[in-house]
Order: sequence, then C-alpha cells, then structure tokens
Amino acid sequence: MRREIPLIITFVAGFVQLVDFFVPHPLVANAASELRQWSVIVIAASIVLGIGNLLRIHLFERIPRRTAGWPYSIVLLAGMFAMMITGLVWGVGEGTPFNYLFRHLKVHLDMTMFALLAFFIASAAYRAFRVRNWEATLLLLAAVIVMLGRVPLGSLLTRGLPTALQLPVVTEWIMNVPNMIGFRGIMMGAAMGVMAMGLRIILGIERAYLGGE
Amino acid sequence: MIRFFERLQSIDRRVVFLFVAICVVLPFLFPFRLPVAVGRSTRGLFDEIEGLPEGSIVMLAGDYSPDGMPELQPMTLAVYRHCFSRNLRVISVCLWPEGPPLVEAAHQQVAAEYGKEYGVDYVNLGYTTGGPNAMVEMGTSIPGLFPRDFYLTPVEELPLMRKISNFADIAFLVSISAGTPGTREWVQQVQSRFDVPMGAGVTAVSAPNFYPYMESGQLLGLLGGMAGAAEYEILIEQPGTAARGMDAQSAVHLLIILFVVLGNISYLLSRRRESEA
Repeated sequence: MRREIPLIITFVAGFVQLVDFFVPHPLVANAASELRQWSVIVIAASIVLGIGNLLRIHLFERIPRRTAGWPYSIVLLAGMFAMMITGLVWGVGEGTPFNYLFRHLKVHLDMTMFALLAFFIASAAYRAFRVRNWEATLLLLAAVIVMLGRVPLGSLLTRGLPTALQLPVVTEWIMNVPNMIGFRGIMMGAAMGVMAMGLRIILGIERAYLGGE
Repeated sequence: MIRFFERLQSIDRRVVFLFVAICVVLPFLFPFRLPVAVGRSTRGLFDEIEGLPEGSIVMLAGDYSPDGMPELQPMTLAVYRHCFSRNLRVISVCLWPEGPPLVEAAHQQVAAEYGKEYGVDYVNLGYTTGGPNAMVEMGTSIPGLFPRDFYLTPVEELPLMRKISNFADIAFLVSISAGTPGTREWVQQVQSRFDVPMGAGVTAVSAPNFYPYMESGQLLGLLGGMAGAAEYEILIEQPGTAARGMDAQSAVHLLIILFVVLGNISYLLSRRRESEA
C-alpha cells in the first residue's frame, strides 16, 4: 500500500486537472479548483520541510563535525533566523526590521553577485570564443551583431547605411527568424516530452518521483 | 607585433576585469548620452497599455529577486509610471518569495509621484506558493488565492479588490520575470487558457526564449533586459536608471567584442605558427 496510495493520489490529481481543461462543467471545475488549492498548501508546507532539512544538515551535521566551510553554516543559519524572527515579530511591510535587512543587505549582496557575471563573461568570451570551425564563426558573427545591435552604439555606428543593413534591424531579424525557429523547435520537442512524461506519471508508468527502485 | 598578439593568449584575467570596470564606471561619470532606438517588441507593450481605457485593471506579476533588479526593476517602475499616468489601476502578484518587497518599493515610489492611493488605485497582493497551479487557480478566484494583501489586510476591505474576481476582470497582464515560475508559465497557464492579453519584461539572457511567443501573438510586447527597459523609459518620456545604464552597456559590449577579436587574432596566429613548425 505504501506505493499504491501515492500512485492513486497522483492519478486522481492529474486526471482531474486534465479533465478540467476539456470539460467546462462546474462539478469538474470545483474539484480541480479544490485540488489546486490543496497543492498550494502542500507546496507551502514543503517550505517547512526545507527549513527542517537545512537545520538537520547544518546544525546537526556540518557544525558539530566541523566539516570544511562550517563557519558558513553559522552565517546561513544566523541569516535565516534573523529574517524569520524579524518577519514573524514585526511583519514584512515598509519600515519594519525585516524590510530594512532585505533592502539594505539582501538586495545589495544579490546584486553584487549578479554584477560579477559581466566580468566573468568578458573573461570567458576572450578565452573561449574561438573561430575553430565555420559553425563557431557563424555563432561569433551573430553574437557580435546582436551585442552591438541591442545597444545604442550599434544604431549610431550604422546610422548612415540603408535601413535593412543597420545593426538594430539585422539584430531584430536574427532574433525573429533564425533564433525563433530554433527556439520554437526546441519548445515543441520539449512540450511533447512533457506531455509524454505527464501521461506516464499520471498512469503510474513513471515512478521515479516515489524514490527507491 | 606577432609576439604581442601571442602574449595576449596568456593575459591575466584581472586585466580583463580592470578594463570591464573602467567601461562600466566611466560612462556613469562622463555620460555620452547615446540615442536609444525603440524596437518593435517594446513598442508593442507600450501601445497595448496606451490603448487601454482609463480605469482598466492591469495585473503585474513581479517574479524576480534582487539579483535581477538592475534589469527588471526599471521595467517595473516604467510600467507603473505608464499605468498611473493613464489612470489605470494596478494589482501586483508575486510567485517568487523575494518579489513583494521589490514590487512594493516600486509601487510606493511611483504612487507618490502620481498621488495614487493604496487599495483604490493599486494593490500589492504579495507572494503565494504553487507556481503554475496558483496561476490557474487565479482563473477561478484571485481573492480566493490571496485572501490578504502584502500588509495582511483582508482583500475585501480594499475597494479595488471588490471589483476583481478572476482573470475576466483583468484588462492586461504584464509579467516581469527572471526565471521559473515566470513569463513562460504565465503564457502557458494563463494567456493561452484564459485568453488574457499579455506582455512581458525579462532578463536579456532569457529574452531569446520568448520571441516565439511574440510571433504567435501570445505576447503582445516584450522588454528584453536593460535595453528593453531603457526603450520603455524613452517611450514614456521619463528616462531613468536603464536609459542611463545604456552608455555603460554599450561600452562593455564594445569591449567584449574587442577582446573576442583580439583573442581570435592571437589564436589564429598561434595556430598558423604551429602548422608551420
């Protein structure tokens, strides 16, 4: 029964959502809506599980065993509890300690991490973007056109050329034709894969999500 | 000369970092004020919002976290400014837990500029879990999924929310998104299912993924990265941080292209020398 019950729940939940898409009857719509609300609650509850898991790994394993980088575990837990306590005690609105910590600490730390990307991209592009074959040359050419065409400089550099040859116009064409064709193909392939996988899960053929085996 | 190019192969990456830093900082100190050209996808979003009747309700989904702020927050600000300048009402929802404070900051800044009142002209419904399930559930009942707003006020106490039941009451949806759940899920679960007119603002790195939705008409407008935000700021005639950042972005893009060209010259020279040897 340990495997059958989850399989039955999965089948019912998936099947009702599927039927709801095609059958606009209040009975089906209400059942599907109820299940969706349950799913929101279950996902919210999983956040508590996540906190429990973090505590288990960091408080009861990494810190007591002094594994490599264990001081970072203290920072992680201190940050988590600081945000939790300030949020629970004073709320999360404007002017609260939670909001102050979020706006003046979290925002700037996150933005700093993301800003470093520009430096690494520049370095990586310099070292790795090589014209090793004609495909790489084509990619490089497209990248140069799009990089210039997406910024005002591209427009400025090609202002005197016929409209069809101006970098923003060529960039728009690259994005709307070759790029879109490629992405549309990938999306359609992925969608079919998702449909097949969804059916396999609903019908109980795919059971990897149950763990084990 | 050949030796110079060969030496470039082993240049210290900190030299590259230094050049990038110079290209980022200098344009902010000495702006070139390059003219920003507006693309078709940006104009699409502008035209859709511009065409909405006064008093219409726009839903803005702020699905991003602070790391996406430099690109996405200017979009949120510009869309709010456009909506409020046209007396449109805005409700915001977030499927990312870090989204609500960012959206609220934008709300407060722009509402103060236009003298808009919370609960009447705009509402921040805050965060909900559930991702795509939550999106579909909003098609049944938005107040059912968000019984309280960001400030934990029951939504029935907010005049604007009394007019909203589900997507049938939403005139236009704008998804500002940095990942999943985000624009893709809003298109798949809401636009295609409930036929809500929709536009989006996404990070530059993810923008190419969304062009198929533009061409299919599922997205009526698309802002891609800081450039898209800058274009929107130009359209609403209120240049902001994105427009100011375009000089730096132009300089860094040019620098990266120069580095790629130099790197390839040194690579081709070293390859020729190897084949000769």
